[in-house]
Amino acid sequence: MHTHVHNEPLSDKSLIACLHCDLLQRLPKLPPGASARCIRCDKELWRRRDDSLDRTLALSLAAAVLYVIANSVPMLGLSAVGRQAFTTVFGGAQHLWTNGRQMVSGLVLLTAVVAPGLQIGFMLAIVLAARRSQPARWVGILLRYHPTTCTWSMIEVMLLGVLVALVKIADYATVIPGVALFVLGVLVFLLAGIQASFDPREVWDRVEWAETRGRLSGTVDEIAEATP
Amino acid sequence: MTAAVTAMQQGLQSCEACGLLSRPARGEEEGRCPRCDEELNFRKPASLQRTWAYLVAAAICYVPANLLPVLTTTTAAGSDSDTILQGVVLLWSPTGWPLSLIVLVASIMIPSAKILAMGYLLITVQRGSAQSNEQRIRLYRVVRFIGRWSMVDVFVDTFTAALVQLQPLMSVEPAAGLFFFAAVVVLTMLAVEAFDPRLIWDSAREVRYA
Repeated sequence: MHTHVHNEPLSDKSLIACLHCDLLQRLPKLPPGASARCIRCDKELWRRRDDSLDRTLALSLAAAVLYVIANSVPMLGLSAVGRQAFTTVFGGAQHLWTNGRQMVSGLVLLTAVVAPGLQIGFMLAIVLAARRSQPARWVGILLRYHPTTCTWSMIEVMLLGVLVALVKIADYATVIPGVALFVLGVLVFLLAGIQASFDPREVWDRVEWAETRGRLSGTVDEIAEATP
Repeated sequence: MTAAVTAMQQGLQSCEACGLLSRPARGEEEGRCPRCDEELNFRKPASLQRTWAYLVAAAICYVPANLLPVLTTTTAAGSDSDTILQGVVLLWSPTGWPLSLIVLVASIMIPSAKILAMGYLLITVQRGSAQSNEQRIRLYRVVRFIGRWSMVDVFVDTFTAALVQLQPLMSVEPAAGLFFFAAVVVLTMLAVEAFDPRLIWDSAREVRYA
């Protein structure tokens, strides 16, 4: 059983430990666009983004619209011997399910539909709620699980897979790229743009804390500053 | 320059979710993050055991994933099953070879390289190696970055099967190997998530977590 006691935060807010090597260091003050790297293992500790919330909001809104379109129109079509067939992203998973591959179907649904949807939805909720000076506790919860949704969201991988399938099928039938294919292509760039423009630290700095009593623990001396 | 001091040596824990550095309350060894409520530990609990478990499971699934067919094509002349490697060969043509190469790298080379790389990281950490830490952390990041691309073949087979349904002339159905192949991708991704890269640096000072 894990304890429910909260740790004590440090009084020195600029002290952090690298999550890849645990080295204690001090975050330098950074101008927008600059980044700080771990002096030992070179992991990027923080990149300060300019106008993070507004840019991320604009990109997330666009991504949400494209996500809905991409999942409601056909992605791929095929025409052979006078017959035509179309499939959506969801249709691909559905076909696997009805043909006895439920586990793989679930994985395709997770990585191509559910995780990207959560990734966009979480981000939209986070940047909207973070416009207040002190975002509520639930913003922290979404922020905590957002990286997990990114890990399992694989739209770019799916696009490459669809491209390969297209070439494979083109050998014996005429393939018709659907609207969703192009929409997904744009969505990949929007998702990359969101990752590049969002600064989680900015939101973490203002979010409402789980522990409200605010005990502070002492500081640590002689800690090197991360390389800007 | 000051000496390298880790958070653990100072009795501090950093939150993997929000990055906040904090000190366990008096009399406690581990607590929750005061900012985001995440459970905190000095290192991921049972990281080596969990990584090994996922990795061994992935290595076991790797065999049927490559030996069993992933797609079955049924035509008027009968049915024919292809493994992943046969799929790569079929795709090889004067114009299609770049895609064939992509599938070869993503489906055959990346999964095996991932299993070998994670095995190497686990063994060196357990042996307490203090050498080439920078290269090992870079290897970990590369494995983490490229791992997802192995999913490419799962998507190829999914959409090929969903689309090629021209009964009675020709139809394509997913076969048993696809499950094992997807399992390899998921298990290796879970292995990477379970591994704590900070262990690479701990070994240097005889702090062992086995």
